Amino acid sequence: MLRYIYGSELHAHPRLADTMFRDRTRQFRDRLNWDVRVNAQGHERDEYDEIDPLYVIWQRADGCHGGSARFLPTTGATMVNDHFSDLISGVTIRIPLIWECTRFCLAPKADGRVAAALMLGGGELMRGFDVKQFVGVFDARMIRIYRRVGSSPKVLGTSGTGRDAISVGLWDYDPADRVQVLARAGLSSAVSEHWFARAFGEKPAQRVLRAA
Amino acid sequence: MGMKANLRQLLITLDRATELSALQDTIVALRDHYDVAHMVYHWVSADGEQYGCGTYSPAWVQHHVEQDYLRIDPVIIGCFQRFHPVDWKALDWSGKAAIKFRSEAVAAGVGNQGYSIPIRGPRGQFALFSLSSTASDDEWAVFTERNRRDLLLCAHSFNQKALEIEVNRMPEQVKPLSGREVDVLTLLAMGYSRGQVAQTLHISEHTLRAYVEGARFKLGATNTMHAIARAVAEGLIVLGGAARNARGDWPGRSDAAE
Repeated sequence: MLRYIYGSELHAHPRLADTMFRDRTRQFRDRLNWDVRVNAQGHERDEYDEIDPLYVIWQRADGCHGGSARFLPTTGATMVNDHFSDLISGVTIRIPLIWECTRFCLAPKADGRVAAALMLGGGELMRGFDVKQFVGVFDARMIRIYRRVGSSPKVLGTSGTGRDAISVGLWDYDPADRVQVLARAGLSSAVSEHWFARAFGEKPAQRVLRAA
Repeated sequence: MGMKANLRQLLITLDRATELSALQDTIVALRDHYDVAHMVYHWVSADGEQYGCGTYSPAWVQHHVEQDYLRIDPVIIGCFQRFHPVDWKALDWSGKAAIKFRSEAVAAGVGNQGYSIPIRGPRGQFALFSLSSTASDDEWAVFTERNRRDLLLCAHSFNQKALEIEVNRMPEQVKPLSGREVDVLTLLAMGYSRGQVAQTLHISEHTLRAYVEGARFKLGATNTMHAIARAVAEGLIVLGGAARNARGDWPGRSDAAE
């Protein structure tokens, strides 16, 4: 199921949190060779995990992490503004309608449905909270991963070349995507809204979808 | 579908403002524009100091402060350090203190419905923009659905202006403490000896010293006592231990729920 959990509430989900931070170590340190910090518990955590971000997590039936992404409003501290604004000519993105999405991570053997479910979760945040766009930082290999899950960002700026290239990009919200993402995730609209309501106590607004 | 012309005009006026009094004038006009019972912009600093503007009666505001309702108010507890808009119905109003608070709020004319937009600003700044009303559930659902996008922009316009005018209120940049550093400082602040803290956390005193040093460095403190004082002032630790893990992260939440 999809969970929406603030960092300060992760302690109530120890197994989920533990497996999420371990899977992040596997993906970002071991597979992508990013220069990330891993603590004594084998958890990949950075400073943005400490400022109470909102995580969207796919929780498997056994209670473990299946995939996740991390969200922060760009009006507060973000990775893009703190460390990567030189990629976009020094521009600071501080806009209420844009949230930052980082640490998109899939557990080993997670299939396309998990990736689609995470995209669905991101889309529900946009729909429910009037977020127009997500901004993120990613390297060349992540672009491939995003393309595979059918959610390629619009690249705003890049530094470096080839495998070492790092980019800042934007994801737009298109309500028409929701139907396709639901289908790819193998989930119904009702169950997604139920999970959202479970986390936030209210349904994302019932918006009329534009006819395709 | 654009914003209504008079709303846009109000936000332009707000944007040009250079005095705090303009925030108050704008929020009154905005309340009238939306025809709701009340509207409040509220900057809450980590030490519980409040600042803002709004249309609540002065008597209610004073009562809120005197009673230290920051510790009880489900809106503040439920929204503190969050960043998604919240209908007040989604909050926890079940505690004894919350029930009493609610009846007092209704009696003070706050209304039975509400919608709050929490805002995270730079360097851990936190503010809340709220509207309240006496509408029915259905009316309120229609209202918030129709206006939530504009309200989000209003909320951030107020915060932007408040940040501009009140630059001096911005906290100095403080690096966030690690979980272990918070644990150590919290226990020390509670009066545990170093030995007791090490034992409680199952770490050596040597390791404990490393955590204290780490925290001291991040806080720019000269000694352990100074580090504790700064951590408390910055809201990085909360006295009372268990309160740190309380849902909503508001000092005193657990006391209030009893």
